[in-house]
Amino acid sequence: MDIQQILFIVLSAIAIGCALGVVFSRNPINSVLFLILTFFAISGHYILLNAQFLAVVNIIVYAGAIMVLFLFVIMLMNLNSDTEPQKNWLVQLAGAISGGILFLVLLSALVSATKTLPVMEQGSNDLGLIKNLGKTLFRDYVLPFEISSVLFLSAMIGAIVIGKKEDKFEDVH
Amino acid sequence: MPIQYYLFLSMALFCIGIAGTLMRRNAIIIFMCIELMLNAVNLLLVAFSKMWHDASAQIVVFFIMVVAAAEVAVGLAIIVLMYRKVHSVDINILNRLKH
Repeated sequence: MDIQQILFIVLSAIAIGCALGVVFSRNPINSVLFLILTFFAISGHYILLNAQFLAVVNIIVYAGAIMVLFLFVIMLMNLNSDTEPQKNWLVQLAGAISGGILFLVLLSALVSATKTLPVMEQGSNDLGLIKNLGKTLFRDYVLPFEISSVLFLSAMIGAIVIGKKEDKFEDVH
Repeated sequence: MPIQYYLFLSMALFCIGIAGTLMRRNAIIIFMCIELMLNAVNLLLVAFSKMWHDASAQIVVFFIMVVAAAEVAVGLAIIVLMYRKVHSVDINILNRLKH
């Protein structure tokens, strides 16, 4: 068992354990912190897969920006485990069973289907570097890249319009 | 590492996300479970990118992150608006279309 396999097993255990913590912890702030740990574990997987740029972007965008936004909103609403709404245990059991059954179905389908897949190449390690990704992005994917800027603009305007106080609208009409 | 291990890991994360979406009533937690599912798919795309030695999959992951960031901004704005209206993030309160 080489170092890569040990790292894979450790990171997978962290990712799955923290993902379960997101679902099962009562306090929403604990859920957010577990989700940040999951994202760090997934970033570790990206580094193992030679996707260094995506690992850094994952930490900056997800763990840095998105989860801080979640934390702000949760703290703004003053949510804690006392105010946490709970479904009754029957619905929770049904949700857990359906998720587990979906996992079993996918597992049994993919175990037999992936036997003929090729093994991963161990060749050059520079695929995920920013130089190669930038070349691919700006040569083949320029149009989606530019359209995503429009998406961001519309999301920004939409968030501002939705988040505004409503009485200001009524003054206009 | 065989590709199967990454398949099973991302399937497990995806199914945990689905189970969490079905089990919880807090709208923010449901939103976080959706983020978890998006990340499971991202992990699988990066694994396939390494397998076929193709950088396009990593560009797709990049765009998924872009869309997720925009989605989180709008979604959290909607949740804040809902909290301002009904003083709760419980999705069972939002069943007025049923009546």
